[in-house]
Amino acid sequence: MSEPLTESLAATTAAPATAPAIARRGVWRTLRRRPLFWVAAAVLAVLALVALVPLAFAGWFGHPDPRACDLAESALPPGGGHVLGTDVQGCDVWANVVFGTRASLTVGLLCTAVALAVALVVGTLAGYYGGFLDRVVARLTDVFLGFPFLLGAVVVLTSVGSRSAVSVALVLALFSWPTMARLVRGSVRTVRDAPYVEAARAMGLPDRRIIARYVLPNALGPVLAVATIMVGSVIVAESTLTFLGLGLNAPSISWGLQLSSAQAFFQTSPHMLVAPAAVLTITVLAMITLGDVLRDVLDPRGRS
Amino acid sequence: MTVPDSAVTSASRSVSGSVSGPVSDSVPDSVPDSASDPVSGLVAGPGPDPVTDRTPVLEVRDLTVSFRVDDGHTPSVHAVRGVSFDVLPGEVLAIVGESGSGKSVTSLALLGLLGRHAVVGGSARLGGPGKTPVELIGLERRALQDVRGRRVAMVFQDSSGALDPVFTIGYQLDEMLRRHAPDLSRAQRRDRAVELLSMVELPDPAERLRFYPHQFSGGQAQRVMIAMALACDPEVLLADEPTTALDVTVQREVLDVLRRLRERVSTSIVLITHDMGVVADLADRVVVMRGGEVVETAPVRQLFDAPGAAYTRELLAAVPRVGTPERPNGAVGAERPALAFDDLVVEYRDRRGRAVRAVDGVTLSVQPGEIVALVGESGSGKSSMGRCALGLAPVTSGSVEVVGTRPGHDSPRAVRAARARIGVVFQNPAASLNPRYSIGESVAEPLLVHAGLRGAELERRTAELLESVELPAAWVSRYPHELSGGQLQRVSIARAISLGPDLLIADEPTSALDVSVQATVLELFREVQRSLGFACLFISHDLAVVDELADRVAVMHRGRLVETGARTRVLGSPEQEYTRRLLAAAPVPDPVEQAARRAG
Repeated sequence: MSEPLTESLAATTAAPATAPAIARRGVWRTLRRRPLFWVAAAVLAVLALVALVPLAFAGWFGHPDPRACDLAESALPPGGGHVLGTDVQGCDVWANVVFGTRASLTVGLLCTAVALAVALVVGTLAGYYGGFLDRVVARLTDVFLGFPFLLGAVVVLTSVGSRSAVSVALVLALFSWPTMARLVRGSVRTVRDAPYVEAARAMGLPDRRIIARYVLPNALGPVLAVATIMVGSVIVAESTLTFLGLGLNAPSISWGLQLSSAQAFFQTSPHMLVAPAAVLTITVLAMITLGDVLRDVLDPRGRS
Repeated sequence: MTVPDSAVTSASRSVSGSVSGPVSDSVPDSVPDSASDPVSGLVAGPGPDPVTDRTPVLEVRDLTVSFRVDDGHTPSVHAVRGVSFDVLPGEVLAIVGESGSGKSVTSLALLGLLGRHAVVGGSARLGGPGKTPVELIGLERRALQDVRGRRVAMVFQDSSGALDPVFTIGYQLDEMLRRHAPDLSRAQRRDRAVELLSMVELPDPAERLRFYPHQFSGGQAQRVMIAMALACDPEVLLADEPTTALDVTVQREVLDVLRRLRERVSTSIVLITHDMGVVADLADRVVVMRGGEVVETAPVRQLFDAPGAAYTRELLAAVPRVGTPERPNGAVGAERPALAFDDLVVEYRDRRGRAVRAVDGVTLSVQPGEIVALVGESGSGKSSMGRCALGLAPVTSGSVEVVGTRPGHDSPRAVRAARARIGVVFQNPAASLNPRYSIGESVAEPLLVHAGLRGAELERRTAELLESVELPAAWVSRYPHELSGGQLQRVSIARAISLGPDLLIADEPTSALDVSVQATVLELFREVQRSLGFACLFISHDLAVVDELADRVAVMHRGRLVETGARTRVLGSPEQEYTRRLLAAAPVPDPVEQAARRAG
């Protein structure tokens, strides 16, 4: 390399802009240019807004109260005053979907977050250190996986006094972390023996740093993908529990409740099922898309 | 074990006859050898000296391959640009070049094995004496499948990966014959399979048919692959780096088989390799490729004696050779060695829980400022020694003392602190750097963690280190996947020397690199060592590399230390039979000398 070139390069390095500090170079820049990111982010932002202030949205079509039901207007098809029709009780479907957002998103996101957090800690420790802890975790997850989920949920939920979105989310998390932990453990194990992790160990880095900076970032990809899908399945699981009378109690409103009450009338009034199912699908798709885009962009190889 | 020529001949005749009909009638007149004897087109006579006036078996003209990138949004990558060469009957044509030169892409393009993003142009006419000529480029899929294996066969680098682990090799050979020679009866197929295995000199071929791939060593598995490739008497055998993954002594064994094969079958061999020693050993003619173009085509002796192209000269000059003159030992007299193994034993547990002894009572020390090379084949335990010094392998008995601490005896805190004084360079630079770190972060890591540098000071040191390994300092924010192998190995070296280590452990640091890159990395390594004066344990299988670098050499075989001594003594006048064998097995990049060694 020629001398002046080296000089100029050294000069640019002295400027703060090119130092190791800008390690996350281009994450936001790349993210910004992905249209899919904006679509997913917009959908989730709208959903968040709806969950926070449902009143602002419910009244758009003249029937703001989801609990103002008129049995005479039972199962009206979409059109007229009820833009998405009414359900079997004569309640406005639109208002119900809007008011159900908070409960459903709370259950879906909270449960996934709790399960993910537990799974990350347990799975990483088991996967990275192996040995006794690993065997304990493996057997424990076996027990949870072998145990019928519904039976477990029934037992736990009946012993819980009051049932709110939060308590349902926690019970669901209790039964869904083992699968995630398995995944994390497997993922961590494959990365654990990678040469760059050995190199980090040979450099004498503390385990904390190795796990946080070397193992986890490289092991997180598949876990992130499963977590985003899990949000949807949890929202559906809540509806199953509710259908059995174990989830949210009747005056509560959630997409799951709507789905479970609508499925009996699917052949005569499909509109009752379509609306909550559509928002659920959109939510899950937005989550998955966002997860995918993030995973791509966080990997330096996917960045421009 | 050798097979009588007649047996092979008759079998070749029967298979070829049944596959492609009568052979003798359609032999062109321009092939005098074949015209005199109807079958000699299939079986070349002994002494296959390069004959120029025969019609080629494979004629490649203006072959181009480009890859569409990003669905055509980004300009295509032109991997091969107008390559032409001929493959003559019975010859070994070597295609040499460094990675990225397009040599493998060329061979894959011939068999239509490139993905759908590849656009292949030009012409490749296949047509041995007495065979129907066929144009391979643009051939439709079904016809191509018929050509693959039957008329053009391929041997890949990773033999154990290319054999299906759940079937016996007898079954796999049988399947190949069933597909391409459906006329043969079951018994005939079996006979042919036995014959093929004896052709590649596997002992007890009939017994070996019942073996599974994992029961073979790497060299044997590669020989099975060759046997399988030869099953239908192909006109051309494409061998893509067939010995690169093998140890020198095993490589020798496979090269021997390939060499003697030429006397038994008529198949022309296209040998794709980066190893000039292998070229000198086996090839008749050589095509040198660079950047997708042919730089030079010449008979092997001419290429080595009087290389025409400047690039060929560079390539030949970059190949390290045993026999560098005496130079001063860098060792500094000190009370304590930088690294000392005392009667070290390392045992691993295999899947059934049995103890496997990787290192068996080795005593060795590295003085400050000295480079000690640890040499041996794979499985000799040399890497386990290095890993032991780094605390990555268990010490079963004996002891290791690294820069004044003894892992396992001293407190973990002291051992960890000592790590700051040890640098490591691993074999595969692409895998030994965290893909999520920019190279600046990787180099800065030891400074940050051990030296506690922050902010501007850290940035300054990182930039300095990158420049000291001749990389632009502005590259701090690049990521490993944006750099080439040689550049990455420079990053690894920068990281290893960032704290000014007392000891550096280098495990095969150049074996994943091209020769010319290897030469520059070795040069850099030498300079850095001279200026910093650290002790170094240099683990390698390549005696020529070791000869260029080391002060002392230690030879390992099956976990034991066979021979230790000054470099010139061990490599110049080895005392042990095993060291001599190792030295003799590595092919020399000189066809005359190689021929003399073969004869002797």
